[in-house]
Amino acid sequence: MSDKTDITLTINGHSHAIRVESRRTLADAIREDCGQTGTHIGCEHGVCGACTVLVNGEPVRSCLMFAQQADGKEIRTVEGLADGDEMHPMQRAFMENHGLQCGFCTPGFLMLAVGVLEREPDISDHDLIDVLSSNLCRCTGYQNIIKAVRAAAVEMRQS
Amino acid sequence: MSAGAKATLVGKSVLRKEDGPLLRGQGKFAADINFPNQLHMRVVRSTYAHGNIVSVDLASALAIPGVVAAWSFADVADIPPIDFRLTRLEQLAAYRQTILAKDKVRYVGDPVAVVFAEDPYLAEDAAEHVKVEIEELPVILQADGEIGEFRNGLPTETALIKKGYGDVDGAFANAHAVVSLSLSIGRHSGVPMETRGAIGRYIAETDMLEMYGAAKVPHWNRDQLAKMFGRTAANTNLFEGHVGGGFGIRGEMYPEDVLVCLAALRLGRPVKWIEDRREHLIAANHSRQQTHHIRAAIDRDGNILAIDNEFFHDQGGYMRTHAATVPDLAAAMLPGPYRIPAYRVLGHIRLTNKTPGGTYRAPGRYESTFVRERLLDAVAAKVGISGVEVRRRNLIATSEMPVTRALETLGTDIVLDSGDYPKLLDKALNGIGWDDLQTQITSRRKTGELVGSGVAMFVEKSGLGPFDDVRINVGTDGLVEVVTGAASVGQGVETVIAQICAEKLGASYDNVSVIHGQTNRIARGLGAFASRVSVMTGEATRQAALKLRDKALAAAAELMQLTADQLDIVDGEIVRLDGGTGPSMTLAEIAKALEPGGNLVGDSEPGLFAEASFESKHMTYPYGVHVAVVSLARDTGGISVERYLVAYDIGKAINPMLVDGQIVGGVAQGIGGALYEEFTYDDRGEPLAVTFADYLMPTAREVPDVEVIISEDAPSPLNPMGLKGAGEGGTNAVGASIAAAIDDALGQPGAITQLPVTPQRIKGLLNAKV
Repeated sequence: MSDKTDITLTINGHSHAIRVESRRTLADAIREDCGQTGTHIGCEHGVCGACTVLVNGEPVRSCLMFAQQADGKEIRTVEGLADGDEMHPMQRAFMENHGLQCGFCTPGFLMLAVGVLEREPDISDHDLIDVLSSNLCRCTGYQNIIKAVRAAAVEMRQS
Repeated sequence: MSAGAKATLVGKSVLRKEDGPLLRGQGKFAADINFPNQLHMRVVRSTYAHGNIVSVDLASALAIPGVVAAWSFADVADIPPIDFRLTRLEQLAAYRQTILAKDKVRYVGDPVAVVFAEDPYLAEDAAEHVKVEIEELPVILQADGEIGEFRNGLPTETALIKKGYGDVDGAFANAHAVVSLSLSIGRHSGVPMETRGAIGRYIAETDMLEMYGAAKVPHWNRDQLAKMFGRTAANTNLFEGHVGGGFGIRGEMYPEDVLVCLAALRLGRPVKWIEDRREHLIAANHSRQQTHHIRAAIDRDGNILAIDNEFFHDQGGYMRTHAATVPDLAAAMLPGPYRIPAYRVLGHIRLTNKTPGGTYRAPGRYESTFVRERLLDAVAAKVGISGVEVRRRNLIATSEMPVTRALETLGTDIVLDSGDYPKLLDKALNGIGWDDLQTQITSRRKTGELVGSGVAMFVEKSGLGPFDDVRINVGTDGLVEVVTGAASVGQGVETVIAQICAEKLGASYDNVSVIHGQTNRIARGLGAFASRVSVMTGEATRQAALKLRDKALAAAAELMQLTADQLDIVDGEIVRLDGGTGPSMTLAEIAKALEPGGNLVGDSEPGLFAEASFESKHMTYPYGVHVAVVSLARDTGGISVERYLVAYDIGKAINPMLVDGQIVGGVAQGIGGALYEEFTYDDRGEPLAVTFADYLMPTAREVPDVEVIISEDAPSPLNPMGLKGAGEGGTNAVGASIAAAIDDALGQPGAITQLPVTPQRIKGLLNAKV
């Protein structure tokens, strides 16, 4: 139980040398060991998607991955989306389309949507809603999230 | 700058003040709060639904290195049970929950012991080493079955709710016909995406107890914690950070909140508790489960002469902070928007061996709207008229407003303050294109499709008093701070309060910040529930802003050697109404002049600030219409909501974008309760919905693009802006309208008698039809 391993998590380009038990989840390591609390934990069983981060560009539920599995990989979290004061088009689109209320699920949706659109900029609307249906939101009823992601998709394709 | 440029903000869909930090991952939710040297708490919960506690052995847990303390009931026997916040009935006091189970457990999830350790993983390990021996007892899982024993001879029927008016028996005796239905609503809850969390901290040098992770009602919880620990409110403070959804469930006082504070006091270290999702689904409040037996006496035209209703409310294991609130609201609000000449209701509040109950968005009304609207549909079927027509005939006319119901709830008499119910029905039907819709449905049915539409109407309540206080201060930097006793559960409180303040004061929206949920900033406050904040805090803000404006203008007049009525404040700058130029002043400069020792202070209290209290004895009553269009899959019984429209009259919308968001989000939760979500149990009381794979909340696939009509026909006469709350109208009638639409799709009037409606149920009804 107390066997700990030295690993390095690279989060938004910054290296964090940490020592973790093998059972430590990536979500806990990002939040507690690396201090990046923008990634939220909503269910710890991989259904709600609040903890979604990008690992080597792929959306991943960080509650279902062990920190050791992410050793040496490139992790991106919500804290890395904006460029200084300049929000990422996805963040701006969520604001302009009222795609968030309490904001708890928001980082997960942002990372899910950014990850998918970076890989598949021309994703069909049907597939996009399919992807977005993998995360849960309890406030918005989803329509404004869908509108925001569609708006950001247009902007991301142009940039 | 000329006076004509003054910005109108109330009524505008301005972007939210809250969004920046939330989008950048800078939110401060409960789990994000940490203090040096903190301990982590883990709760050991009953795995039996009902039983006598034979023994709780903490020794093995305490023996683990890093475990600092562990408690069972004996360690906390001096702490009184958690008291009622609303709808207190004295006979309910004996049914309150202690912070750890005393001698019996009453539901799976009942806290039996707690463990405190250096690390949350370790605390969880240690909790598994606590040995709890329980002698299992028979369970009660039906609220409408036999009455059992709570303890010491106390029956599990904790109280009866009786309300009514008029000659019900006479109306039934003389009725043309009687329509009777038995209807039930499943067990649901708000299930916010953030689980509960609480961090207790005791600062010995100032004798200050603090709790972080507060929500909804921080001031009430502060007062209760102080009382339970024999402390005073002055040395107890609660702090609300970001809150990941409220919906009624979050922020009520639970055993865990008391335990972290007690542990902080006793152990002298900060104590953090973050609920996991399984715990949330079995330990935080459930809601809604009721069975109703309702009858209507009607005349030959389908006019309702009287309603007689008896219902059973499944409260679960204990009476929690809401006491009788949910069944009381169900009973009081059941008559809805209709002219009901005589009404009688008898509600049984029953304990069962399930998770205890509290409120969930539109509490009591989601339930009673389903019951009443099913009844209206049954009346329509009985006399051979449409669902729309039966509603038109029974709706209260505008000329009858205000209507006093001779019913009371939440300590207020029900007086429907204003409304044009028939007009809103027309708006909703026009909005959805009702006649075309019926034509389309008819033609689709000819090709074998199972498709149907349903309408439901309701009256909501909002703006519960009795008071709200606001203090607005302008700093010497010109920044405006509004300190409120409100709370934010994610609904956009900062935005709407800033809109009102900025407009009424004449400040820039960007320069206004809004404080909520901090008990050290304002002496009293009622928080955020019952769609009250926009109405109560909003009006107090308006009053304080206008007072502050007068104060600022009086000072400016003196400094500028003009009279106050020649001046206005626009975007934080004092301007001359006549458009004349000359030296201008800003609010910041006036604040400087009013600083202690400033040249304008004189004998009055220094500072550019104002306070106001708004008191209200009555609630305001928004009202709405829901229209659902559903189709059914003949092979699977699958139900899809093709279209959904909500028309909601809230008097005046401060920010239509946020109102729309409230309504659409409310509909999504309503759809969950109507079609997917349910806390079920096996016959030993073992909960079957303990993950998100069992408790099915709607996803982006299940929620249609909701059409919203925000109507402002009936401003409330109870506050100058005419506000009514918008938080619950999206949820209220979803079960009712979807049930009606499914009936219509099936061609079986009255087929749907319980929520949620599952594909299995639809399949059964389709098979029965053949």
